Amino acid sequence: MVKLRSSPARVGTLSRLVVYLSGIFNDMSTTAVFAGNKGEKDRSDCFVSLEPATSGGIKIEVTSKVKSLYGESITLLCKDVLNFFGIEHATLTVEDKGALPFVLAARLEAAIKKVIQHEKEYLPGMLTENQYVTVKDQHRFSRLYLPGNTPSLMINAGTHKPNAIILDLEDAVAVEKKDEARYLVRNALCALNFMGAERMVRINQLPAGLNDLDYIIPHNVNVVLVPKCESAQQLHEVNNRILSIQTRLKFNTTVWLMPIIESALGVMNAFEIAKATSNVVAMAIGLEDYTADLGVSRTPEGTESLFARSMIVNACKAAGIQPIDSVFSDVGDIEGLKKNVLQSKALGFEGMGCIHPRQINVMHENFAPNGDEIKKAKKILVAFDEAAKKGLGVVSLGTKMIDAPVVKRAQKIIDLALAMGKLPKNWKDEFNGDEQYE
Amino acid sequence: MNSMSKSAKLVVNAIGRSVPTEVNGKPVVPYKGVGKHKPEGKKFGPRISSCTDFPEDGNKLISSLKEALLKAGLKDGMTISTHHHFRNGDLVAVQIFDIAAELGVRNLVWFPSASFECHAPLTKYLEDGTIHHIEGSMNGQLGRFTTEGKMKGVGVLRSHGGRYQAVQDGEVEIDIAVIAAPSADFFGNANGVDGSAACGLLGFALADSQYADKVIVVTDNLVPFPCVPWQIQGNYVDYVVKVDQVGIPSKIVSGTTEVTKSPDRLLLAEMTAKFCEQAGIIKDGFSFQAGAGGTSLAIGIYFAELLKAKGMKARFARGGSNKYLVNMLNEGLVDYILDGQTFDLEGVKSMRENPNHVNTSPFTSYNYHGKGNFASMLDVVILGATEVDINFNANVVTHSDGVLLHGIGGWQNCLFAKCTILPVPLFRDRIPVIRDEVTTICGPGELIDVIVTERGIAINPLRKDLIERVKGSGLLIKTIQELKDEAEKICGVPAKQKFGKDIVAVVKWVDGTVLDVVYKISS
Repeated sequence: MVKLRSSPARVGTLSRLVVYLSGIFNDMSTTAVFAGNKGEKDRSDCFVSLEPATSGGIKIEVTSKVKSLYGESITLLCKDVLNFFGIEHATLTVEDKGALPFVLAARLEAAIKKVIQHEKEYLPGMLTENQYVTVKDQHRFSRLYLPGNTPSLMINAGTHKPNAIILDLEDAVAVEKKDEARYLVRNALCALNFMGAERMVRINQLPAGLNDLDYIIPHNVNVVLVPKCESAQQLHEVNNRILSIQTRLKFNTTVWLMPIIESALGVMNAFEIAKATSNVVAMAIGLEDYTADLGVSRTPEGTESLFARSMIVNACKAAGIQPIDSVFSDVGDIEGLKKNVLQSKALGFEGMGCIHPRQINVMHENFAPNGDEIKKAKKILVAFDEAAKKGLGVVSLGTKMIDAPVVKRAQKIIDLALAMGKLPKNWKDEFNGDEQYE
Repeated sequence: MNSMSKSAKLVVNAIGRSVPTEVNGKPVVPYKGVGKHKPEGKKFGPRISSCTDFPEDGNKLISSLKEALLKAGLKDGMTISTHHHFRNGDLVAVQIFDIAAELGVRNLVWFPSASFECHAPLTKYLEDGTIHHIEGSMNGQLGRFTTEGKMKGVGVLRSHGGRYQAVQDGEVEIDIAVIAAPSADFFGNANGVDGSAACGLLGFALADSQYADKVIVVTDNLVPFPCVPWQIQGNYVDYVVKVDQVGIPSKIVSGTTEVTKSPDRLLLAEMTAKFCEQAGIIKDGFSFQAGAGGTSLAIGIYFAELLKAKGMKARFARGGSNKYLVNMLNEGLVDYILDGQTFDLEGVKSMRENPNHVNTSPFTSYNYHGKGNFASMLDVVILGATEVDINFNANVVTHSDGVLLHGIGGWQNCLFAKCTILPVPLFRDRIPVIRDEVTTICGPGELIDVIVTERGIAINPLRKDLIERVKGSGLLIKTIQELKDEAEKICGVPAKQKFGKDIVAVVKWVDGTVLDVVYKISS
């Protein structure tokens, strides 16, 4: 059995009355409650049904496609979770379609908490592989959106090597599934190997989104995406909630913020939002909602959103953060995506959201510096080095003067090219002025 | 009832599995190791026929399949063979046993080159005793039926090459071969390139035509003599039957083959292609075989891209052909397709029109008793597997719950390629693919070189050359043990399976020896 840590870590919420009831159901206790999915196409998930009782002990019934290999382990986990929450009498039915232990545990807890309000949390162990921090200006070309209540899409997400993985609690989760998605996302943050991708969660629109923070902040989330952001005030509210959680749990890792602008008002307040707090690292635009707000249709050319996109880019550059473009929704159209990425890059964007792993490489290849950019950057850096050796204050390349920002940009391109393996580490040794790496 | 359950003596074979020395009342040889079993003497020969017993005008038409089966002397205990070129659209195999049941014939052995879901209706004949057991493949419902111990005899699973070997060894004597053909003439010449049921070729029926005592060709597209090309030669054929329909075209070949959209499978395909590139396998004049599964199809596309980028071309590709392989042929990225079966209409059309798209058979490609075969000449072959163990042994017929779900196909024969790669997910849903021990051994690990998973690539320690070649390539290389541990860390350690003692099927190795057995599970 996979080890799960049963931690009494408390995450009370301000909006929710927390009542500690050890094994005692509230007044609603006689009707069955459900959590999870059991649709024809659902895989790596399970559907649990919990029928509380006042006597008769625990009855567990498991149907599972992996029963011969994991039937016993599933039953043991069910017993452990029920016992953890002090439930002594209930009928539990699990219809399993190959759910991993962290998924099963999330479903069980979601069902149990529909019956009792309980401050304890049944947490999977935090993988050591997931205990990393990220820095403000690391590149974020590709961020893979994953629906927060669909485990099958989460499991291999890291293998596709996106720069970031976003567990989405907002638009990708049906309203009636919001609660159970929080437990799944929380458990995924602990037990799902993100394989080095930056760990992001998109919370719900405020104020509901503030409650989401209780489930994610304790579990090393690197970046919180704040959707439909329209004011700096909203980011202050998010930070206040983060601070209160961190204070209670006594840790102070930096949690970065990425507001998403999705309305006309948001666009007009873009700069104020971009510089609202020091932990804002990037700002994204969401064009579906934005065009709806404008009452116009989204076109392939994107003329209707040119102003908004330019505003975002300008606001971000002015505030020293990364501008991030909207997602490209036709996953079958790789050529169209490539065109879109090149346009985005030309406007000044430094990344996009992906809704399918196939989009990741297209973004990496096209947001990354191309051969000509690398070649030019190399010449600039070499010229700068030589000027510095000779003690020259002024650097020139051919007839052009090179000033500090140009060198800085060149250095950024080289760093990226190195990071992406587009340039060998010892490129300076091999530099002869006109060779080039593709 | 089950002939294995009581009397069979078990011995441990060279790969450590307990196998019987007798199956369905006939002695069998336990597996001895790769290349160790070499029978001596003469091959099996069919009964001598004389042309004077056949109509001089060449007309062998019989009014119905029933009539033909009666003329062929259908009776209790006979072995009846069919081929699987019509895949899930076969309308003939079930009819044979409908007729047999109607005539009250019992204890037949069905010897198909493979079975499909469309053959599930045969379970009723396995139940009522019309069919005693199947020697071939037991897929889907037939597999479940067999694994639940409901078949009267013991199933025998063979590879395509092993089927040819079994016929040539006389291990299986085909009494009546029924060859459904998309096109045929009254003499019995037949092919798969024309007609509404066009399936490309009929190579899987070649041994049957040559070695069966009686051969019946069934077609819905009777053409005037001569039917060319004669992939099946009428000189082997006893009777020809014209029926309304031999197969359902949409289930025989798909209109279009589609590459997988699954990002996980695409990743496996990409990693496999990258491995081949880094290991120096992809070079001018190389040869490859990739199947028709979603992942394999995508690998073909990555190969094509790499060849194009490098300005190289492959000398030959072994098929399963489909439009992607045909595109490579048409674009000059490969000189020849040596095709064992065609999977889509583009494949059929190319087989019909392009002389460089050549039809092959298990004899040319896989046969153990040939003087060499094509499979071992391949530079690289990419295959699937349900499970792989830490010794690189792999399973392709059962799932981890012990249920028979797939046939062996050409899988075992292909293991002899110069490099055998199995791209598999580390786990499917929660079921780990890399195990301590596979449920059923279908291929000895010494022939399996590389396991590609989404979480890393394991190279067989025997292949020091490959390990050396990909050093410093940036590929994520792990040991097979590391992969197994990783799967178990994610999924949990699977419980050890408990099977009964009754053997419901045996897995033959390419040389006819018994490699492993399949046990009965409770229903």
